[in-house]
Amino acid sequence: MIRLLRQLGGDTRTGFTKLGRSSRFLLLALGGVVSVLLRPRLLLNQLYSVGVLSFLIISISGLFVGMVLGLQGYYTLSDFGAEETLGVLVAASLVRELGPVISGLLFAGRAGSALTAEIGLMKATEQLSGMEMMAVDPIKRIISPRFLAGCLSMPLLAALFSAIGIIGGEWVGVGLLGVDAGAYWGQMQAKLDFQNDIVNGFIKSLVFGFVATWIALFEGYDAVPTAEGVSRATTRTVVNSAFSILGIDFILTALMFGDD
Amino acid sequence: MQHTNTQDTLVGLFVVAGIAGLFFLALQVSNLGSFTSGQGYTLTANFTNSGGLKVRSPVSLAGVKIGQVSAIDLNPTTYQSVVTMHIDTAYNNLPDDTTASIFTAGLLGEQYVSLEPGGSDTYLKDQGKIDITQPAIILEKAIGQFLFKSAEEKSE
Repeated sequence: MIRLLRQLGGDTRTGFTKLGRSSRFLLLALGGVVSVLLRPRLLLNQLYSVGVLSFLIISISGLFVGMVLGLQGYYTLSDFGAEETLGVLVAASLVRELGPVISGLLFAGRAGSALTAEIGLMKATEQLSGMEMMAVDPIKRIISPRFLAGCLSMPLLAALFSAIGIIGGEWVGVGLLGVDAGAYWGQMQAKLDFQNDIVNGFIKSLVFGFVATWIALFEGYDAVPTAEGVSRATTRTVVNSAFSILGIDFILTALMFGDD
Repeated sequence: MQHTNTQDTLVGLFVVAGIAGLFFLALQVSNLGSFTSGQGYTLTANFTNSGGLKVRSPVSLAGVKIGQVSAIDLNPTTYQSVVTMHIDTAYNNLPDDTTASIFTAGLLGEQYVSLEPGGSDTYLKDQGKIDITQPAIILEKAIGQFLFKSAEEKSE
């Protein structure tokens, strides 16, 4: 019993220390962002590995999610004779929720785990310490460009996900199931608000990108510098990012869409 | 060098695609693209009940959308609903005895204003008023009346 309590206390303490370390890490990474802007080459390389390489998985998933939404939505809506609102259903669920959340989860799995593994290995092979020896700040050189690239890529990826999903929904709904194309787009335009839906979805994806990149970079930077430690850190990145994205999504949704 | 060049191009394409996606969402999916840009004129109509009509509800003539509702207010003296509509300039030849009705698209669909042209030779002008109107049909009311009537018929 006492041992259990002691264990709990110990875990809480390490948890808080980790939170503190990660916050300090975040501040340092943010501080390095200015110096990244002076060296756009670093940022460009990272945009490639974080954004461009995630492009394919995001667009294909978006297409299929949109097509499934079109099918499922059609079967449910046709019970009520309201097939014309299929466009609203597909677009609203993609723009408000599925776009930011699913692309956030995929981003954490595709780009986040790669970031953690890369930085963890750099630490394990003492490249980071080597940089410090050469008076190069690893935070500014390694962490900040990746951080900025993650924050920039994620909103673009989420927007692509939603856009491709809506087109996928149109293929299935209009092309296969015979919903009127004018009703699909027209009802969508009438019901979806720029401020309430598009901008809020954009803010969500920005926040998810920030959080997922932060967790991935911190776990890599904080990893135990062994093969096992890096593998554990990579797992923690995916698990923690998924939890944070879903949890924050609930809070953001409650704040954004709570009053209407 | 070749390698970094293709990489740069891909990054550029990625950013362009992402921004294009955002623009697509903004213009094609949301109501931002359908904001009327002053290219039109306004008409008002008084309804005894405007039902579930909302700002930006469509205004149609013969099933074709020709404008949208820009404001719905209450006239405090007559207790009528004053619906202001923004009509596209292309349709500036509506006769002044046009009637306006509020219909529902389908059983559960949204409500819209339907205009029906009359036979007059004079046309409605900007800030014009449509005199003949038919209020929204409130489904609950209609069902209530129907039930009441059939109950009456039975008791007779």
